Amino acid sequence: MSETKEVTTRKTGEVAKQPEVFLRPLVDVYENKTGLSLHADLPGVSNEHLNIHVDKDTLVIEGEANISMPDNMEAYYADVRATRYRRSFSLSPELETEKIDASMKDGVLSLHIPKREQFKPRKIEVRTV
Amino acid sequence: MFGFLTPEVGLFEQLQRLQRDMDDAFGAWTGPANIRAMAQGAWPAINVGTTAKQVDVYLFAAGLDSKKLDISIQNNTLSISGERKIEVPEADNYYLQERFSGEFRRVLTLPTDVDPNKVDATYTNGVLHITVQRSEASKPKQIQVK
Repeated sequence: MSETKEVTTRKTGEVAKQPEVFLRPLVDVYENKTGLSLHADLPGVSNEHLNIHVDKDTLVIEGEANISMPDNMEAYYADVRATRYRRSFSLSPELETEKIDASMKDGVLSLHIPKREQFKPRKIEVRTV
Repeated sequence: MFGFLTPEVGLFEQLQRLQRDMDDAFGAWTGPANIRAMAQGAWPAINVGTTAKQVDVYLFAAGLDSKKLDISIQNNTLSISGERKIEVPEADNYYLQERFSGEFRRVLTLPTDVDPNKVDATYTNGVLHITVQRSEASKPKQIQVK
């Protein structure tokens, strides 16, 4: 049995990477008979830098914020210290993910995910005999 | 402000996040704090940057009606107030309601050499960008030795 004092080995030449840090956009989510609606605050993100995708039952919203900054700008005060947004949600099967409708205005992302037809509430007519 | 900063999973990353949350709670920002600073978590979030010529203020406020904003500057105090109203629809269930809705006001003290007559503001993609030029007299001037 060999003895080693090292807790872990690191390959030479590898530098420990800082993990990528994301901002978590705040959202409003509500549901009605036709489907689910989601609104997310993504200030600084334009349509080109927005990435929304569905992977099986997971909805992922990612965006990259861009603000115009003059050269040699120094930070004086910062509430926001990252530029990338990311948040994911797991969706239940009655949502029709192929028909997601998404729009973006002034940094607010609005998504609407309809429910599949058979899951919408249906009223049953009673015949009078 | 935007919920927590979330590194992509991993146990060590979660410990780092805890470290960052502790820093935020006990103030890791070591620069002089604005004497009119509001507690962390005020909406909207603000970033301020400076160059030799100007000061740039960014407000991360999505969904604003820029015509209804009240932006004013007095000497070197910049004040921004307005309302971000969210229409709450008639819906069966509300699962998450995290976004800020209502009136807001943020007041900042800028460096003393800003010129209150040279302020510019634009609103793009949910970010309100205000630039204030610094006054000529205070720009650094090179002095030559004859």
